[in-house]
Order: sequence, then structure tokens, then C-alpha cells
Amino acid sequence: MDARRVSQVVPKVRQVGFVTHSDPNPPPQASRTQSVPIESNSGTPYDSPDFSPVMIPPPRHHSENLSHLRSAAVAVPESSSRRPMWDDRVAVVGSYNPGNSLLGQPVSPNSSEVNSEASTTLGWFGRNSSGKFSAGSSFPGGGFDLTTVKMENFTQLEGKKPEAVPERGGGAAVEVHNEVSSSTAKAKTTKAERRAMQEAQRAAKAATKGKGGGGGVEVNNRESSSNTLKAKTTKAERRETQEAQRAAKAAGKAQGNKPVAAAGGAGPSNILRQPSQNRDDPAVGSTIAGSDRRGGDRPPERERKKDVPPPRMQFDDQGRVNKSKKRAVFNQPEAKNRVELFRHLPQYEHGSQLTDLESKFLELDSMHPAVYKVGVQYLAGDVTGGNARCIAMLRAFQEVINDYSTPPGKTLVRDLTAKISSYVSFLIECRPLSMSMGNAIRFQKSRIAKLPLTLSETEAKAALCNDIDRFINEKIILADKVIVRHAATKVRDGDVLLTYGSSCVVEMILLYAHELGKQFRVVVVDSRPKHEGQALLRRLLAKGLSCTYTHINAVSYIMHEVTRVFLGASSVLSNGTTYSRVGTACVAMVAHAFRVPVLICCEAYKFHERVQLDSICSNELGDSNDIARVPGRPDVNSMDNRTNEKNLQFLNLMYDATPSEYVSMIITDYGMIPPTSVPVIVREYRREYLLI
Amino acid sequence: MSMSAYYQTRAAHHGVVTSDWLAQSQEAATRAVVTGGQEIVDGGKSGRAFSVIDEFNNWRKQPDLAEAVAAIRALAAVIRNSEAKTMMELEIELKKASDSLKSWDTTSISLTAGCDLFMRYVTRTSALEYEDFNSARSRLIERAEKFGEISYKARKIIAMLSQDFIFDGCTILVHGFSRVVMEVLKMAAQNKKLFRVLCTEGRPDRSGLRLANELAKLDVPVKLLIDSAVAYTMDEVDMVFVGADGVVESGGIINMMGTYQIALVAHSMNKPVYVAAESYKFARLYPLDQKDMGPALRPIDFGVPIPSKVEVETSARDYTPPQYLTLLFTDLGVLTPSVVSDELIQLYL
Repeated sequence: MDARRVSQVVPKVRQVGFVTHSDPNPPPQASRTQSVPIESNSGTPYDSPDFSPVMIPPPRHHSENLSHLRSAAVAVPESSSRRPMWDDRVAVVGSYNPGNSLLGQPVSPNSSEVNSEASTTLGWFGRNSSGKFSAGSSFPGGGFDLTTVKMENFTQLEGKKPEAVPERGGGAAVEVHNEVSSSTAKAKTTKAERRAMQEAQRAAKAATKGKGGGGGVEVNNRESSSNTLKAKTTKAERRETQEAQRAAKAAGKAQGNKPVAAAGGAGPSNILRQPSQNRDDPAVGSTIAGSDRRGGDRPPERERKKDVPPPRMQFDDQGRVNKSKKRAVFNQPEAKNRVELFRHLPQYEHGSQLTDLESKFLELDSMHPAVYKVGVQYLAGDVTGGNARCIAMLRAFQEVINDYSTPPGKTLVRDLTAKISSYVSFLIECRPLSMSMGNAIRFQKSRIAKLPLTLSETEAKAALCNDIDRFINEKIILADKVIVRHAATKVRDGDVLLTYGSSCVVEMILLYAHELGKQFRVVVVDSRPKHEGQALLRRLLAKGLSCTYTHINAVSYIMHEVTRVFLGASSVLSNGTTYSRVGTACVAMVAHAFRVPVLICCEAYKFHERVQLDSICSNELGDSNDIARVPGRPDVNSMDNRTNEKNLQFLNLMYDATPSEYVSMIITDYGMIPPTSVPVIVREYRREYLLI
Repeated sequence: MSMSAYYQTRAAHHGVVTSDWLAQSQEAATRAVVTGGQEIVDGGKSGRAFSVIDEFNNWRKQPDLAEAVAAIRALAAVIRNSEAKTMMELEIELKKASDSLKSWDTTSISLTAGCDLFMRYVTRTSALEYEDFNSARSRLIERAEKFGEISYKARKIIAMLSQDFIFDGCTILVHGFSRVVMEVLKMAAQNKKLFRVLCTEGRPDRSGLRLANELAKLDVPVKLLIDSAVAYTMDEVDMVFVGADGVVESGGIINMMGTYQIALVAHSMNKPVYVAAESYKFARLYPLDQKDMGPALRPIDFGVPIPSKVEVETSARDYTPPQYLTLLFTDLGVLTPSVVSDELIQLYL
């Protein structure tokens, strides 16, 4: 308990647990914001009192939509009398608006009303659609479609107006007014809302079909008829939504085909005067829709791209593989027979790479020697283990930064980031990154990006080196010490501790508990082909611990006498899954079956927000020769030299995923936590350790 | 119901027998005197650590006031009576007071957890650094009193929250005597809910008998079982309601001996197990198994002399892992077991 951080410079302002409410009788739920990510609190949706936190918040670009609605309305011609009133508002709200610059036209008198009406419905739509389609939004495209539909709807709510405009003199304006006002009233009842949505969708469809402004009357008529036979069933509703989506797509296409014409066609009244236009003609509706799409849709899409991490390289994608080969520093012959399920992972012929890389040493003038050295060490397997690899990489980067000088005409922030990226891709070629390294690189890059511009180059370099030192000290070395302290409290006299493979934290725990004078026995479980446990065993024996050494085949036999299982991890994922040396899952499962507590020891910098359910989609393939050959046993080495045989596939996996239900506890530098609390750590400290 | 008997029961509920308990408190008191004496030598102040225990004992005498709440009130009194001139001094004083309280009864989880939470809650504020000492102190007092109030009201809040889970015609199995569970059932009875309660006997201190008595006074239909009849009656039970000595980080609970086996039986018969516990019982403990806790022993009266060669298991409480619990009713809301750890992380880290 004493090892926990006692004070914090900035206390968490989040309202949890023991918070004093000004209200004497605090409603207990009020302080609970658990169910939603904390970031979403910054958004406005929660300010509205009726918005339950359980509901999925509406997409954040409401205001954007609105502004585009308004600006889109500009494309609609109107009598010039109201122009000044609107102009300044348009200037304020219109961020992207081709029609505005082209025409400089004011908006209809009703548009403010329509806007307000639209905004109320918009709010409703935002909620409704997000609530209704929440299941749909779990697949990637879901959110996109939604926004499209929504925007289309509102564009068309607007779009109705211009259609009615030419009739204005003829007295149709009344009808329009009625409709608008009625729809404002309608916005309150859900049934009516549904109808409004249908109308809008109809309008969208009609507009995209190229009926244009002239067809406005017809559209209106159709609308009124559709009002009468409103489809109440959800099925019909769904169909409407689909149609609207299709319409939106069509509108987008039309817009893409004839951008120039659209711009030209947006001229005030000539479109509207034309009683009927054929399909090819760009319609006002579609223009609006198109511009709206362009304006309103792209930014969220871009944002979304930013949120989604770039997809990992899939090595069964031939095109990409070829492309990446062109960029590669040295060519690695690929293994021919890869197991069907693991084609997406890189696997190379081992043995030839090292000599190939060594021969290229002089050619690689762009490569910093320190990085080159680390790369070769990775490749040769001299540096293994998550922490060691991470520290080696960071030290190499430190040297890179020390030797770095900004080339003329470039800025340090950009150039250094690019350089580091190129080094990282070199290191990936040598061996795929571990997740801990990924996190460290992310940290490094964010530090570079956040450098104040006022710093001189030497200052910046010193700051970055300092940051790396601090990362290594605080997140790795000190974290290990804290973990060791915590874990030692779980070792009692007479315990039998089992460990698998060789984890440096577990080794430290065992040695520390031994130093404390606890009486316990260690079972080291090992596996082919790496035999990492033997090195651990040697070091433990040197310190005088009593050990048992066995292979993973015997784990079920040995487990009944074990009281604790201590395991290391390469990474712990958000769902509590532990990603670790292959065989860990097996040991954990056997331990679980014997009701032996499994303790995972892992520094918090190795936590990752990814969720993984199996060990197939992300893994590393080792040298197939390693498992094909048994050293020192020529009699069983019949498999030798058959690694390229066509109907024989070797699978040498490096990692596996241990489901969280087999894990009793995760010991991390933030204390001992259940696997269900990993997301809390990731959420609360992700930002912090990017800032450190 | 005499006062002393009440606290004897309570002490037994916490797994400390009266004689042990008194000896322990005496020991702690002497220790406190020693530290107080040192303080006199050091700073020339009157023994303050001694007064914490006094204060605590004063509060403790109030009926229905939980031990932890008494400790919280006593700590608040420490701030109020402090003569410290700087924040650092005050903090050290508070720390000393809470340590002496904790050492007063090391087996009580809620006391330790309550003191820890008080320290976290009261001292965790950045505004203190920017204020002058007096206003900062008054702010501390304010927070301390608020915390005391929240803790005091916790039981009522829990009772209110759990009303939704008690439906007409249900049968509830309870184990031992827990004041929170009592409050829950009392409120349900007041709300004119029709339910039946099965009380275990609650050996060795027979706290279940007491609960049965109290419920009978409220005209709630009660049936008494011996502790070993739990599995026999589980098929007619709709839900299991237990209190907790402490809620640990995994989301499991430490409670009176027998809770674990009831939870196991309920789990195997797919009956929900609800735990009513105030949030000041959330402790930074993480037992991995039953033996992974500080022992709380309690001699058991078997009625007949036991030969000296026969060993007696005198442990007073057990640990129920989170997978056997359905929901926790706390003053923070109705939580699943996994949320406990989230709350603790946010509070302590």
C-alpha cells in the first residue's frame, strides 16, 4: 500500500465514488459516468438533462451539419429584400459553400424558421438514429451511413423550400408555410416525426432523380400523398432509410459527374423555371445534397481515419507485400509453406537474412549505426524479451537524437519524426514490433510532436533524451520494482510457485521473495524450441533457490502441488486478454482447472487498448526449422530439410492469447488489479503516459 | 437491548472476541500513550493520539453508528482540534491519528478501509496548495464532515436502491446479522412488500437468531435454518442477501464464515447473490484464496469440552470470489463486482 502514489499534482476531477455533492442527499447515480468513455463527456450531448448516459451519444458534427444546412440554403434564390439580414449570418456559419461565392444569393425568408425547425428535428434525429441504429454502428460503415442519411434528410427538408419558391407568386407559398409550420409541430410527436423523415427521404429521392426545382410541385404533391399513406410499420421505415441511402449515393455520384454543370446550374432561376429536366441535368436538390456531402461528410470521415489505427500489414495481400518489398532495406526470402490460417503473418527463411543484412552495412548510409546494431540484434535473437527490446530500441533512438542535426530547410519536429519512422520500419523488418515497443514509439513520437517551437535544437534534443530516460526509468525500471514489491506480498512460506518461460519481472519477484527470507519452491516450466527457462533456472539456482525444472508436457502432472502461478506478459489487452509467449495460455488453463491462482506480472506501459479474442489475427511466426529439428538427436531428425516440402506446413507460433477468465490477478505498477480493470488503467493513464 | 451487548455482538461479528478485543484495545491504548509521550518530548503537545481513541470510543457508543463512521468522525475531530500551524504538520498529525486507529483493531477491515478512504478523500485536493492555512483547514474540516455525513447516510441509500430488487412473494436467504441487510429488509417491510426471509443460525455467535428476532418484530415471516441446511432450502430461495465485512479489489467480499459456501450453493442453483455494503468498506486488499488474508480468530463454544488434541478451526470469516456474486448494493449505486476495482483505482491512483 505504501508503494502507491501518495499524492498527485492534479487530482482527478472526475466525479466518482466519494464525492461531496452540494445536494445533501446525493443521488448515487449522478456521479457515475462509468459506462461511457470519459472523452465523450467533453462533448455537449450530455449537457441536456434528458440525455441518458446509457444512450450512445449522437455524432459530434451536429453543428457542422447545421452550418452546412444553412450554407446550402444559400444556393436557393430568393427575393433580394432580405439579403442583408441573412448575409452576415451566412458569413458566420458557412464554412464551405461554393454556392455562396458563386451567387452571393441570400436565403429565403423562411429559412431561419426552417433552420430552427430542422435543428430541433436534427436533435431528435441525432438521438433517435443513434439509439435506433446503435447496433448497426458497431460495424465500421455504420456510422458513415447514418450521417449520410441524416444529412440527406435535412438537406431535403431545406430542399423542399426552394422547390416551392417559384410557386410563391402563384400562391403555393401558403401551402409551403403550412407544411413547414405543421412539420415544426410534428417534430414533437414521434409518429409525426417518422412521417417527416419519410417526407424528407422522398424528397431526397425525388431530387436525386433529377426532377429538379421545377418538379417541386410534383414533389410536394407526392409528399402530401405520402403523408396520407404514411407507412407506419418499421419495415417500411427501414425501406425508406435504405432508399434514402441509395438516393444519397446517387446524389453523390451525380455531383461527382457534373461538378461544373452543377455550379453553373445553380444559377438563380433558370433551373427553377424549367418545368422538367431530364435525368442528366444536375438538379438543385442534388447540388445541395452534393455540396452538403462534400462539406459535411468529409471531415468526420477524415477524423474517423485518424481514430482508426492504420491496418496492420497483411502478408497475404500480394500487392501490398510487393510494394513493401520495394521499400525494404534488405530482401528476406519468404518461407514457402505457411500454414493456411497464418498467411497474413510474415514468415521468412531464417539464416540468410543476417548475412544479407551484414553485407549491406556499408550501403545503408541512411541507417544510424545504433539502430542498425539493434536491428541486427533483434534479427539474431541476441536481444529478446519485451523490456530488453524496448530499452534497446529507446537507447538507440537516444543516440540517434544525440547525433541528429536538422537538415537545412527542414524542421526538427517533422524531419525527426520521419527519420524515426524509417528506423522503426527497419526494425519491423528485422523483427515485428512487440506491443510494448509500439507504445514506446507512440510515446516518443508524441513527445517530438509536442516539443515547443521555441526550443533550440540542442535544447530540444536534450529534452527528448531526457524524456526517453524518464520513460525507461519510470515506466520500466521503477515499474518493475513496484510490481516486485506487490507480488512479494502474495508469496507465503511453503508456497510452490510455478513460472513458465523466462520473464524478467517474475525472475526479479522470485529473487526478491528469496531475499526476504521466504521459504518457497519454484517450478520452472519450459518448452521447445527456445528453452528460455534454462537460463532462468541457471540464474535462480545460482542464488540458491530450490527449483524443479520440467517441460510443458508435464504441466498437468506438476500442477497439483503448485500454489501460485506467476507469468509474464508481452502485452495485456483491453479485454483482459494476456498476450504472451506461446504456451502461457496452456499453463494458465491448466492452473485454472486445478484452481491455482494465476498472477500475470506486467508493466502498465505494455497495456494496449486493442481487443483480441484469439492468437491468430496478430502473432509472430518463428523459424520453422526450429521445430523441425531436434538438436543432438540425429535419429529423430527426419524432418530436417523438409521445410519446403509442398504438403508439409510447419507452424512455429511465438505468442498466444490467454483469455481473462483464466487470470486471477494482474500485478502492474498501479497495483494489483483484476483483469476486468485493464480498460480503466488504459483509459485513465493512456493520456498521462503520453505526456509523462 | 443493552448497549454493551450490542457492541459485543458487533465485535463478534468482526471476528474479535470481547476479551481479546479489550486486551487489544488496551495494548493499542498503551501504545498510543507511548507515542503520545513521545510527542510531548518532541513537540511539547498534549498527547493527541490518545484523544483520537477517546473520540473514537465516544462516537462508537452511539447505537447504529458503524465502526468506520465512528473512526471518520474521530478523524474529523482531530482536524478540528489540531493546533498545527502548517498543512504538513496537520497531515502528519492526521496520519498518526489514523494509524493509531488502525492499529487499535487490525482485524477490522472496515475500520482500516474507512481511515484510508478518509485520508484519500480529505487530503486529495489541489486547492489546498494555493490557500492560506486557515481556509485550507476549514475546507478540510468541511470535507471531513461531509464525508462523515455521506458515510452515515450510506445505509439508507443502500436500502433505497435495493428496494427495486425485492419483489412481492419472494423468499430471501440471509446469513448472519448485518445492519445494512436489516435496514434493507426493514424498508421493504415498511413499503408493504410481501416477502419471506430465511435466516441462517449464524454459528458460532448465533447472529442469525438476532436478525430473526428483529424481523419477527416487524411482522416479516421468518424461518430459521441451521447453517448446514442452506443447500437443502436453496431451491425455494429467490435471492441471497448478505452483508460484508469488507469489499476487496477483485470485487469479492470478506464476510462472516459461511458466506462463501452459501454463495457457492446459490451459484450452482443459479440464484442471485446480492451484497449490501457501504462504500467505506472498499479495501485495498486482494486475497487470492481463503488463506490469503490476515487471520481473524474467534473461539467457538461447542457446548462440550473438546480434547486438547483436536484442532479447532477458529477463523471467523471467509472470502467469496467475485464470480459468485451477482450485484453489490453500495451507496455509490448498484455495482457489478468488477466495478469495485474501477472505483478503487480511481480513488487511490
